[in-house]
Amino acid sequence: MPLQESELKVKARIADAEGIRRMLTRISHEIVERNKGPEEIVLVGIRRRGVPLARRLADLIREIEGTRVPLGILDITLYRDDLQLVAVQPVVRTTEIPVDIDGKIVVLVDDVLYTGRTVRSALNALIDFGRPASIQLAVLIDRGHRELPIRADFVGKNVPTSKREIIAVCLTEEDGMEEVQIRELGEGGQS
Amino acid sequence: MNNRKDLLGLEEATVEELGAILDTAEAFRGVLDRPIKKVPTLRGKTVANLFYEPSTRTRFSFELAEKRLSADSLNFSASTSSAVKGESLKDTVRNIEAMGVDFVVIRHGASGAPHHIAKNVRASVINAGDGQHEHPTQGLLDMFTMRRKLGRLQGIKVAIIGDIAHSRVARSNIWGLTKMGAEVRVCGPSTLTPMDVEKMGVTWTWRVEEALEGVDVVNILRIQKERQSANLLPSLREYSLYFGVTRERLRRASPDVVIMHPGPMNRGVEIAQDVAEDPRNVILDQVTNGVAVRMAVLYLLNGNEPASREAEMATVEG
Repeated sequence: MPLQESELKVKARIADAEGIRRMLTRISHEIVERNKGPEEIVLVGIRRRGVPLARRLADLIREIEGTRVPLGILDITLYRDDLQLVAVQPVVRTTEIPVDIDGKIVVLVDDVLYTGRTVRSALNALIDFGRPASIQLAVLIDRGHRELPIRADFVGKNVPTSKREIIAVCLTEEDGMEEVQIRELGEGGQS
Repeated sequence: MNNRKDLLGLEEATVEELGAILDTAEAFRGVLDRPIKKVPTLRGKTVANLFYEPSTRTRFSFELAEKRLSADSLNFSASTSSAVKGESLKDTVRNIEAMGVDFVVIRHGASGAPHHIAKNVRASVINAGDGQHEHPTQGLLDMFTMRRKLGRLQGIKVAIIGDIAHSRVARSNIWGLTKMGAEVRVCGPSTLTPMDVEKMGVTWTWRVEEALEGVDVVNILRIQKERQSANLLPSLREYSLYFGVTRERLRRASPDVVIMHPGPMNRGVEIAQDVAEDPRNVILDQVTNGVAVRMAVLYLLNGNEPASREAEMATVEG
């Protein structure tokens, strides 16, 4: 059963709109610096909240470098490793990789890095589209608890959490507000 | 499709289910344009394709959909199987299921054969055409093709022309399209039209010109020579004269009319040579889209076996 919003209470707010903007600005500089310019970069957002984040990073990189890097959208549903475990099949949405990624530097973008399983699925999906020179990972929040040997190259903020907590990244495009929250299961919630 | 084990027809499908299948098919249509047209989604699942009637398009389309999803396919055709030794349908399917099959795709000459099987096996059953009853994945791929071309189904005008009485394609189209809010007209000789066709929510006329007036889509059905035993038609030539869709007749339709045919075409009978070659026809798009729609159906039915439903119920209650 997916957790219902109502079962969760907000425990702490770790970033507001300004905080998110600053993290993304720093990450965009780091991406350009690490890759010695924007020329070979393709940003790919993982649905759902990786998509608006990737779009914002592309805008920021244009402000810094004056070039627009290509933007892709990845839906990892078909590559999930838990399809046999869920009773109802999750909704599949389209994947849009508008450019040839052979030989490019692909920067995957997601909101939260947790078990690493989403990123594992995204790597498999991406490799079906070509052979990038390298794949890097940018996330807004790294909350720990990895179950796979995966790490992020660019991190907005490291947030130590317990497994009972949930990190909610709220973005204007998806949620109508800008905030990063730690939510916890309420007293009446299931354990 | 949340709790459905089988896809037997569109008559019993809900608007939400039809919408979910068409939306999901859109994502799978994208997979077919990739350099590697295969996803690992149904790895480890097995599909038995049981075709008791001849088929090229539908059989290939299902098989391709299964392979693109990384499922293992078993193919059966009636002429080379134990069916010729007199084994009953139920026994055949039970034996196949004992081999650990997760899906059964079946085409059969008897209306209701897939329903009979669905009641007797735990595997998900997909109807690939049963007698004169339904061909749900064809109905879905026709709707998917229309929606891609026109951007919507609500309010579009569709003419279905030909042998409605023997056509499972017509029935699945009618059930699906009327549910999604399209206006459907059927046209054909009265001997090839079911008595109560208007009860299905469509209008009927024998005048092709009238049926084509202002339509956004014309779906031309194949005259099924193999089912014309009872002298329902004087001759194919006469059928063509009165009901054949020609470019001249199509002038009454919308200028951008979408021309469809489920195949195989009898050129010069139900569809004139120039219409079969008309740039407005989407007959080959229908074939491509068929693979995406069948992938969507397999994906959405996956995991919906009774056992997991019960388990889910138990969790909810617990």
